[in-house]
Amino acid sequence: MDKTLLISKIKDGTVIDHVKAGMSLKVLSILNITGRENLTVSVGMFVPSKRLGFKDVLKIEQRSLERSELDKIALIAPDASISIIRDYVVVEKFSVALEDRVIGIIKCSNHNCISNTKEPIRPEFFVKSRNPLVLECIYCDREMFESEVLASL
Amino acid sequence: MIKNRSIASIDDISEDEMIEIFDLTEKMLSALESQKKLTPMAGKIMATLFFEPSTRTRLSFESAMNRLGGDVIGFSDVKSSSVSKGETLADTIRMAESYSDIIVIRHPLEGAARLAAKFTAKPIVNAGDGSGQHPTQTLLDLFTIKKEIGRLEKLDITLVGDLKYGRTVHSLLIALARLNATVHLVSPPTLRIPHHVLSAVSEKIDVTESDDLSKVIRDTDVLYVTRIQKERFPDSEEYQKLIGSYSIDPDVVSRMKKTSIIMHPLPRVDEIRPEVDTLPQAKYFRQAFYGVPVRMALIMLLLGGEF
Ligand SMILES: Nc1ncnc2c1ncn2[C@@H]1O[C@H](COP(=O)(O)OP(=O)(O)OP(=O)(O)O)[C@@H](O)[C@H]1O
Ligand SMILES: [Mg+2]
Ligand SMILES: [Zn+2]
Repeated sequence: MDKTLLISKIKDGTVIDHVKAGMSLKVLSILNITGRENLTVSVGMFVPSKRLGFKDVLKIEQRSLERSELDKIALIAPDASISIIRDYVVVEKFSVALEDRVIGIIKCSNHNCISNTKEPIRPEFFVKSRNPLVLECIYCDREMFESEVLASL
Repeated sequence: MIKNRSIASIDDISEDEMIEIFDLTEKMLSALESQKKLTPMAGKIMATLFFEPSTRTRLSFESAMNRLGGDVIGFSDVKSSSVSKGETLADTIRMAESYSDIIVIRHPLEGAARLAAKFTAKPIVNAGDGSGQHPTQTLLDLFTIKKEIGRLEKLDITLVGDLKYGRTVHSLLIALARLNATVHLVSPPTLRIPHHVLSAVSEKIDVTESDDLSKVIRDTDVLYVTRIQKERFPDSEEYQKLIGSYSIDPDVVSRMKKTSIIMHPLPRVDEIRPEVDTLPQAKYFRQAFYGVPVRMALIMLLLGGEF
C-alpha cells in the first residue's frame, strides 16, 4: 500500500515553510485568508522537520505577500522561509527577518501608553528576546510577551 | 557626561553619572545652607509643562532653577493651554523648544517624556508620566538614603502602601534593582505591584511580597511609605479599616532599628501619625527638602553650567 499522499503542486503562488509549529492558523489570519477567497490553500500542521523538529507549512495559490505581512509573520515564525512559485517552480526564495526593532506593526498593550494616541509617531519596540519572544515598548518600557503579541496581530 | 541628554527614566543615568549628580548636590546643599546667591543659570530658561496637576514637584523644579539664577516659564493647568484645543504633545514640545533651554514635563500618559525627547534637541526631564517613571524623585530618594543611612549598597528596604498606581515606587524599584537591594513590598492585596513592574526586577534582586508589615519591620533599613488614596476604594469603611492596619505610629517605629529611616514622597495623609514626625527615624521632610538641591545639580549638569 502506498503510504504517502501528495498534495498537488501549485502553479503560481507562495509557499511559507518552516513556520513554528502551531502558528499556521495565525499566519492565515495575518494574511486575512478565511477560506472564502476561492484560493487553493493547503496547510500542513505539525509536520516532522529535520531543522525544527516539527513545523507548519502553508501553500497558497495566486497570492503574493506584502512587506507588512512578512514583518508580522517574522514576529511569530522567525524561522519561516518564503518561496515564490511561478509555473510550478521556485523562482525566488528568502527568509523572513525579525529586525532588532519592530516598528509600526503592533500596538503597545499598555492602554495608557502615549504611543496609542494621535501623536505623529509609529509604535516601536526593542526585540528584547527572540525565543521566547519579548518586545519592549520604546516609549513606556512595557514588555510584551508572545501571547500579547499574538493577540494584537 | 549627561550634558544635553534627556532623562526619561532613572535608567538613563549611569552609576558614575549618579555619583556626579550627588557630588554636585552636596555643593548645592552647602550653597543653600550658607544662603549664597548663585547665578550659573542666568540667561537660561526652563519650561515646566505640567499636563497633570502637581504642586510639590513643579515648585521644587522652579525653585531649583530660580536658585541657580535662571528663569521659568510654563503651565500647570491643561484647560488654559493649547492642549485642550487638541494639540499633540509633539507640537507642544516643538513650540516650547523655541522658548526655552530645558523642558520639564509631567503627563498623565506613560512614555510621554520619551516621545517629547524625539521632537527636540533640548534636554527633556520627566517629572512623572502616568504610572511610569519619576526619575528626579528617585534621585532625591536615593540621595536621602545615601545621606541619612550613609550608603546605597546592601540595603534592606520596605515599600509600603499603594504599590499599584504609585509611579514613585515603580521608578525607585528600578533603581533598587541596580543597587542590589533586598526589597520587601507590603500592600493590601488589591494594591499590589503590577506584574510588569515586578517581573522587570525580580530576576535581579531579592523581592518579597506580603500584606503584613510586622514581618519585615525589624530588619529594614528604609521604610518607604506611600499614600493609599481614598479614591481607590469604593467603600469608605473599607478604606478606614485598611488605612489603620498600614498606619505608621510610634508603636510601629519602636520595633524598627535605631539606625533605620522612614521616608515618604509626600503629601502624607493618614499613613504616618504626626507623633512620628519628631522621632529620629522620620526623614520625610528632610527628603522633600533635598528635592531642590538634587534638581539644581541635575539642571546644572544637563545645561553644562559652571559652578
Ligand atoms: N510548485 C510547488 N507547489 C507547492 N509547493 C512547492 C512547489 N515548489 C516548491 N514547493 C515547496 O516550496 C518549498 C521550497 O522549495 P525547495 O525546492 O527550495 O524545497 P527544499 O529543498 O525543501 O528547501 P528548504 O531548505 O527550504 O526546506 C518547499 O517546502 C517545497 O515543498
Ligand atoms: Mg524542506
Ligand atoms: Zn508603550
